[in-house]
Amino acid sequence: MKLLRLAPENTKFGFMRLRRVSYPLSAFLSIVAVTVFFSVGMNFGIDFAGGTQVELRAKAGVADLANLRHTAEGLGLGPVEAQRSGAESDVTVRLNVQPGGEQGQQTAINKLRQTFGDTYEFRSVEAVGPRVSGELVQSGTLGVVIAILAVLAYLWFRFEWQFAVGAIIGTMHDLLLTVGFFSVTQLEFNQTSIAAILTIVGYSLNETVVVLDRIREVMRKYKRLSTAEIVDMSVNAVLPRTIMTATTVFLALLALFFLGGHVIRSFSAAMIWGIFVATYSSIFICSPMLIYLGVRADTFDKGADAADVDPAPAKGTV
Amino acid sequence: MFRLATWKIASILALVLCAALLIVPSFLPESVVTAIESRLPSFVPFRPIVLGLDLQGGAHLLMEVDSASVVKSQVDSLRDDVRAKMREGKISISGGISEQPRGVLVRISDPAERARALDLLRSLDSRVGGALTGATGHTLDISDNGDGAIQLQLTEAATTDKIRHAVTQSIEVLNRRLNAAGTKETVVEQQGLDRIVIEVPGLQDTTKVKDLLGATAKLEFRLVADPGDPPSESEVLPQVQGGTIAVQKRVMVAGEDLTDAQPGFDSRTGEPDVNFRFNLRGGQRFGQVTSENVGKLFAIVLDGKVISAPRILGPITGGSGQITGNFTVDKADELAVLLRSGALPAKLTVVEERTVGPGLGQDSIDAGKRAALVGGALVIVYMLTTYGVFGVFADLALGVHILLIFASMALLGATLTLPGIAGIVFTIGMAVDSNVLIYERIREEAHLGRSVVSALDAGFRRAFATIVDSNVTMFVAAVILYLFGSGAVRGFAVSLGLGILTSIITAVTMTRMMIALWYRRSRATKLPI
Repeated sequence: MKLLRLAPENTKFGFMRLRRVSYPLSAFLSIVAVTVFFSVGMNFGIDFAGGTQVELRAKAGVADLANLRHTAEGLGLGPVEAQRSGAESDVTVRLNVQPGGEQGQQTAINKLRQTFGDTYEFRSVEAVGPRVSGELVQSGTLGVVIAILAVLAYLWFRFEWQFAVGAIIGTMHDLLLTVGFFSVTQLEFNQTSIAAILTIVGYSLNETVVVLDRIREVMRKYKRLSTAEIVDMSVNAVLPRTIMTATTVFLALLALFFLGGHVIRSFSAAMIWGIFVATYSSIFICSPMLIYLGVRADTFDKGADAADVDPAPAKGTV
Repeated sequence: MFRLATWKIASILALVLCAALLIVPSFLPESVVTAIESRLPSFVPFRPIVLGLDLQGGAHLLMEVDSASVVKSQVDSLRDDVRAKMREGKISISGGISEQPRGVLVRISDPAERARALDLLRSLDSRVGGALTGATGHTLDISDNGDGAIQLQLTEAATTDKIRHAVTQSIEVLNRRLNAAGTKETVVEQQGLDRIVIEVPGLQDTTKVKDLLGATAKLEFRLVADPGDPPSESEVLPQVQGGTIAVQKRVMVAGEDLTDAQPGFDSRTGEPDVNFRFNLRGGQRFGQVTSENVGKLFAIVLDGKVISAPRILGPITGGSGQITGNFTVDKADELAVLLRSGALPAKLTVVEERTVGPGLGQDSIDAGKRAALVGGALVIVYMLTTYGVFGVFADLALGVHILLIFASMALLGATLTLPGIAGIVFTIGMAVDSNVLIYERIREEAHLGRSVVSALDAGFRRAFATIVDSNVTMFVAAVILYLFGSGAVRGFAVSLGLGILTSIITAVTMTRMMIALWYRRSRATKLPI
């Protein structure tokens, strides 16, 4: 049987030379991400912005969006956002945080139920008061920060500091571009988006660790090569695996995006973006960083990780 | 690599068998599961996977105890205590007692009297939460503020303790109310210091439940104020039927003394009413008050609103009575439940609500299933076309990986949510990563000119460190997400975390075993990848 190979074998791409392109590109994209984030901002869902969101399904026929919006606006509940979600009969209606504290959202729900209860089925009702949304913002931010710190600690313990710094720069890069993705696409940013971000952080580090592991191994073997040569050799060596894994995860996410329903569509979209960015950054951002951070073969001469060194062919050089 | 102990194979097969048994209940109809479960000893984990409210439909309410009113009532009772102490010590309070946000200020101009008062007031201080709780700290900070006044300040520990107590008490009351209203499988639990989570599966319209849960249900019997009463001892309250009425501040009998309340119909008018019964103390007190005030109006006050104010026609000594007030049958029913379940110590406000109807829940389940099946199929085919027979091994391991996730969720009683399904689909893509790492490494080693056995061995050995390193980072992300996430997102963290653990078992251990068995049989001289 002829087996499928997406990645060419025994490649000798000069990835490190490409950093002259990738670094300016990433810098540019990061600036765009930050600019859009601060100028346009993200489309925060009610988890973080507070407010009320209901999903309605017309009990008969197609939902009359214009009429529904008009009626809802007449209720005196502030601006009304109404859009189709999925099927022709389905509408998502969103209201901003109501004045009058926590009780305000409840009043809004009651009004919506009274007004639309006869003609629409309430498929879901969500109301998040101002206090809870504030706390969710806090715990979400704290979660992302702590995740990065925890992983940094692990990398520091497991690798040399240059590797940890390289990995963190890569992760920050991915984080920035993901935030930029949410700002540019205006996909709703909610709690599942935090889940997406943390998973992207995990995936990004996963990718980076695989490359770094190999760089460390190669460095021990070929002490006379320059850092750039070593990094190139390592990235080429793990390239088939990188492409393979990115593809399998991509396939799974693609199914999720198209078939998983609209509730988790923004989650799937962000994850797909994240997989691309993470794969790119592990090759083009983190690895070249090691050249600047001054990792050299003699970094490993202290023999701290002697147990990791392969016993077989490379033995003679240790 | 090829020393395959029989016990290893046996234990892996046993693991798979156990996992398969664990998820059997999830595929049986509910009635069958309950029937079997009742016959098994309780330690046998025979239960289906719990579906989150976003999948099975239901209401999630987060309610907050009004801490401000708890503290306010604590300050009120402190003021009463102080007044009683001063009366006991026969100390005249020249400047009066004024309430502050978290304490009271007693003005006594005479220094000698003030010193005596200070001594007396110190006895009001006590240990937080009583002697048995082991809590440290005092309830009051008492000091002479040097300005002719004594300052009594409730400590942080005292108010926190009070709020905690109010939450515990509220949970009991809410449980009683929900049970009395006949809702099933509800969850009522504390979250944080002053919040309560209520989950009611299957509930769609939360309006009724919110009315039921939000009402304080504080019932009081007070006399309607006479025109001659001093204004400081009466207050004007709204009436349920509209308008206002002045009633005495003094509570004659309170809802705590009720033992039962049932909806019924007024024997004369046929209108719905609520019949109640007092305990001994309440009955005696009620009898005493009614006999002393024949001919006066008696106000029945619920949560600061006057339901009705009937005239006392004669002493009521039987220890029971009824409340009428233009009720509908539903309202009378609700009021009876509220009175039976007791009053909440403080008002509860809904601060978050998430309700999913069964229709959307079922749609989410269907969508999740489809995505998982198609995603899984794509990955399986892709692995197969890339790695051939080794791909088959990876795919088998993938199947067991999914089985193990569900089994461990059933075992741990973890909740499966829609983000949880997304997490499983994502781990389907990630689980084969370990296989990919191993296989690619094997190929590399073979290219270096190693023999089949040596390449297989080196591939597994060298890839392992990388597999552990890369999975730890992912696992850390999952743990943090679990700790900081809430609701359905936690479900994602659970399936991601479990998926990482099981994928290491299946992709490394199981694949190694299958490849070892394959080599034993085929004695291949060339790698099939």
